Amino acid sequence: MTEQKLTREQINAALNERHSPRIQSLLSKGNVAIAGLGGLGSNIAYSLARIGVGHLHLIDFDVVDITNLNRQQYFTRHIGLYKTDALKSLLLDINPYLDIHTDCVKVTEENLADLFRENDIICEAFDNPEAKAMLVNGILEHFPEKKLVSASGMAGYESSNTIRTRRITKNFYLCGDQVTEPSRGNGLMAPRVAICASHEANMITRLILGEEDI
Amino acid sequence: MVTINGRETVLELPMTVSDYLAQKQYQINRIAIELNGEILPKYQYSDTMLKDGDSMEIVSFVGGG
Repeated sequence: MTEQKLTREQINAALNERHSPRIQSLLSKGNVAIAGLGGLGSNIAYSLARIGVGHLHLIDFDVVDITNLNRQQYFTRHIGLYKTDALKSLLLDINPYLDIHTDCVKVTEENLADLFRENDIICEAFDNPEAKAMLVNGILEHFPEKKLVSASGMAGYESSNTIRTRRITKNFYLCGDQVTEPSRGNGLMAPRVAICASHEANMITRLILGEEDI
Repeated sequence: MVTINGRETVLELPMTVSDYLAQKQYQINRIAIELNGEILPKYQYSDTMLKDGDSMEIVSFVGGG
């Protein structure tokens, strides 16, 4: 079967039909940075790309590893590729007209202010707790006016219902159960990580559409 | 009385945020602090005094993503 390339108009018409033109025009203007493209970030990016969030900034320094496949949205053919490149190509398969910017770098206190300058909403989707804290503190210090959605605690297979979204300050939202870190026999697994990712993605969607409550 | 992570807590004031974190053995590089509705920058931990009526939340990040 030959692949037929859809036109921008066809994709927009389909999104308008599903979401309504008013909602879709807001989603299309959405501008979100996703920091970390693992189990959280790859799932969040999929959700936002599918609903046509127009401007995505994908940030990660790592390559796809075989142990990522238990929860991250990559395929065996991506092993060894940079996550930024692999994920961008997957998202463009969903919607080739999205504006996707990638940075294959490690976020540090030094580059943070430059990296996130252009984005309205910042999504923390790292794995490492020190990196999470560094990003959250850095964004709230440099860009107190931007919206920040973060996550902590989503390992294992405990109840889905302990994962929730909280609003810590006016612009800082935190998803997760806040306590469950990966341990032997209770590692990071696709279902529960995806629940937490969807909490982040839905909060971001709400913010794009002007809803600030959790 | 200071409300910390939702619980009313009696502290031996005067005490800085840094003092409290050290006493409770928090790992400074894994937390963010909300004090009275605002994020407290890390560089202010050591000279921010906790006062009667303050409300503080210490967000501790765990690994996983």
